[in-house]
Amino acid sequence: MSGSLNITAAAVEPGLLSLPWDIPLDEWPDDTITALPKGISRHIVRFAQLDGYVIAIKETTDEMAQGEYEMLRSLQKIEVPCVEPVAVVQGRTDREGNPLPSALVTRHLKFSMPFRALYSTTLRPETAQRLVDSLALLLVRLHNIGFFWGDVSLSNTLFRRDAGSFAAYLVDAETGRLYESLTTGQRQHDLEIARVNIAGELMDIQAGGKLDQAIDPVATSDRIMASYETLWHELNDPELLEQNELWKINKRVQRLNELGFDIEELSIKTDADGTKVKIQPKVVDSGHHARRLLRLTGLDTEENQARRLLNDLDAYAATVSLLNLDEEVVAHLWLTRVFEPVIRAVPENLDSKLEPAEVFHQVLEHRWFMSQEQSRDVPLNEAVRDYIENVLQYRRDEELVINPPTGTFTAAVDIIHDSDDFEYTDEPIPPRGADEPVRDWRDLV
Amino acid sequence: MATVTFDNATRLYPGTTKPAVDKINLKVEDGEFLVLVGPSGCGKSTTLRMLAGLEEVNGGRILIGDRDVTDVPPKDRDIAMVFQNYALYPHMTVAENMGFALKIAGVKKEERAERVLEAAKLLDLEQYLDRKPKALSGGQRQRVAMGRAIVRKPQVFLMDEPLSNLDAKLRVQTRTQISSLQRRLGVTTVYVTHDQVEALTMGDRIAVLKDGLLQQVGSPRDLYESPANQFVAGFIGSPAMNLLPSKAVSGGVEFGNASVKADIKATGAVTVGIRPEDLTVNKDKGLKVTVDVVEELGADGYLYGHVTIDGVEHNITVRVDGRNHPMRGDEVFVLPVEKHVHVFDASSGNRISGAVID
Repeated sequence: MSGSLNITAAAVEPGLLSLPWDIPLDEWPDDTITALPKGISRHIVRFAQLDGYVIAIKETTDEMAQGEYEMLRSLQKIEVPCVEPVAVVQGRTDREGNPLPSALVTRHLKFSMPFRALYSTTLRPETAQRLVDSLALLLVRLHNIGFFWGDVSLSNTLFRRDAGSFAAYLVDAETGRLYESLTTGQRQHDLEIARVNIAGELMDIQAGGKLDQAIDPVATSDRIMASYETLWHELNDPELLEQNELWKINKRVQRLNELGFDIEELSIKTDADGTKVKIQPKVVDSGHHARRLLRLTGLDTEENQARRLLNDLDAYAATVSLLNLDEEVVAHLWLTRVFEPVIRAVPENLDSKLEPAEVFHQVLEHRWFMSQEQSRDVPLNEAVRDYIENVLQYRRDEELVINPPTGTFTAAVDIIHDSDDFEYTDEPIPPRGADEPVRDWRDLV
Repeated sequence: MATVTFDNATRLYPGTTKPAVDKINLKVEDGEFLVLVGPSGCGKSTTLRMLAGLEEVNGGRILIGDRDVTDVPPKDRDIAMVFQNYALYPHMTVAENMGFALKIAGVKKEERAERVLEAAKLLDLEQYLDRKPKALSGGQRQRVAMGRAIVRKPQVFLMDEPLSNLDAKLRVQTRTQISSLQRRLGVTTVYVTHDQVEALTMGDRIAVLKDGLLQQVGSPRDLYESPANQFVAGFIGSPAMNLLPSKAVSGGVEFGNASVKADIKATGAVTVGIRPEDLTVNKDKGLKVTVDVVEELGADGYLYGHVTIDGVEHNITVRVDGRNHPMRGDEVFVLPVEKHVHVFDASSGNRISGAVID
């Protein structure tokens, strides 16, 4: 291998050097590559093991690898939910000294899944709606910090379970740009891209026969507009209050808290004659419940999981309220007496099924259903046993779901056979497969 | 199809005092391929994004055809940002992949089929309409993606450095494809690049920007033969034009120990511009050049050397014969080919001589 290999990495990753950088990515040996089919995409992306975790390696141009690495680093610094950049590998050459493309290395997000892994037979309406809503929330968060995505889609997002809904993570920052703030036009453009892409993705699932008949791809994708707008206005719109309605400021703060946001900075301005006050959130930060839970218990969870766990914590606090304890002490008691015993009850071999916070949430759900069914208050330990025996052990492992790959394929710009004068070459058409019956295409458009 | 008009269009970013795009006046003709070119930070992408509706217009107007779109949301401007969304869906046929956005837009079935067929004919994809993308070659897939933009029948195509992510060889191929497709379609196109070679090879006309100001608009030939100022002179052409300080003399300009003819009325200090291919080497007349290195490129070569004018050293590039040329360390004299001399005002940098035409 040439001595000019150049690895830029955020942290020391000695394992990176042992990967076969002098071989084109699509020829990497099976013992290096995590056994998964290669996706068809604009760039070659494959998964490998590195010091006990899984990394995604994308071969691309020098400029793009560097650009996307830096973009992901910047996003990570401002706590945007996105994949973690590990390194950029430049100056690769094969054994004969021929140059190989640069590579971007990112760490796989544990327990995150591509949207096509979130249904086995058909995508159900509730799941589709939750996916779209979580993408809307992610887009609002990104736009709020001035990030224009440029390629919003379900395929460019990874999803983690979040107490009945999903938490969305940005995967592909290739087309993204960070600005001081976004113009309305930029936000509208991103939303339009999202709407068209989501509809396209759902129509594709429909064409594959895996979309619940109740789902209308266009209506479902339209949902991102409403979902986004509601949230955006709640976070950003100024509010004009009378001098005697200042209590409404607290109401606004509460409303945002309920949506999962904290106001870090609020602008309060009095108008010229001093009768009205204009308030406008300036800096808002998502993760209101997750932060509170982290402060109280040290548990790092998604927002809705935190909401769920905090509810349970509050319920627990009521049972020990006579003791007149500090919130922190109650939280510690809840953690050691309620949360941890549930998690410890999960046998080690089932650890990789779900994240602990998600297990806890599902146990609470399970207990509720059992109690409904049996018309009695089912104790937690009984619910845990029943849940493990009848639910958890039958679930698939979700710690490492990379498959199926995101599914859409982007035009492979690296294999153009056309001649320069735009006379298209007549390539032989491959034979028609079973999934391609002869039909009049006009019926399909 | 439509014209595009920038009428004193200005973009001032919040918290800054200098506009990123300053009172641009530019008319793109119907069906024209216009390239916006300039160095990083010159305002070319901002100008394109203003047209796309992604940047606010803080002064002036933008028109598509006769319609003022200054305050129209991006999706209602009837434009297409080509090369942005490439995704092809594996379970959908080529026809569906090309037409699904029309379905979302509520276009009727018959019209969808008609437009898809029309685009497929243009792109030579007719025989693949009922096939899945996996049956296609890479180039064909790329054309399906282009078809997605074409079926929408936008009035204007916008392209923002679409080739920047490709390697050098592919860049050349795709460049040619885009040009020929644009000519077949006849759609007004605004294309942004920082690469002057790309601009010269693709554009019907080129608009050169610097520091948010439009420097010159013209055909590749206009810009090459008659750059409006020193900036355009130095930016367009590779290797770049030699720009050297000189003095106006009667009927021309001083050039080392000689004077050369130029059609100017100025007196005093001027800047002389001569392209590397317009300089000839001789033994004793003109500017004395010390040869630093000669780059041999087959039939031709480039001599890189330096000259000293009024005690200041300047670099100079001269096209020479690929085999028969001076060697490193040699001292030679160069003179411009007659009439191939550009003269610029030394202080404003503006052109003061006529065009250089053979």
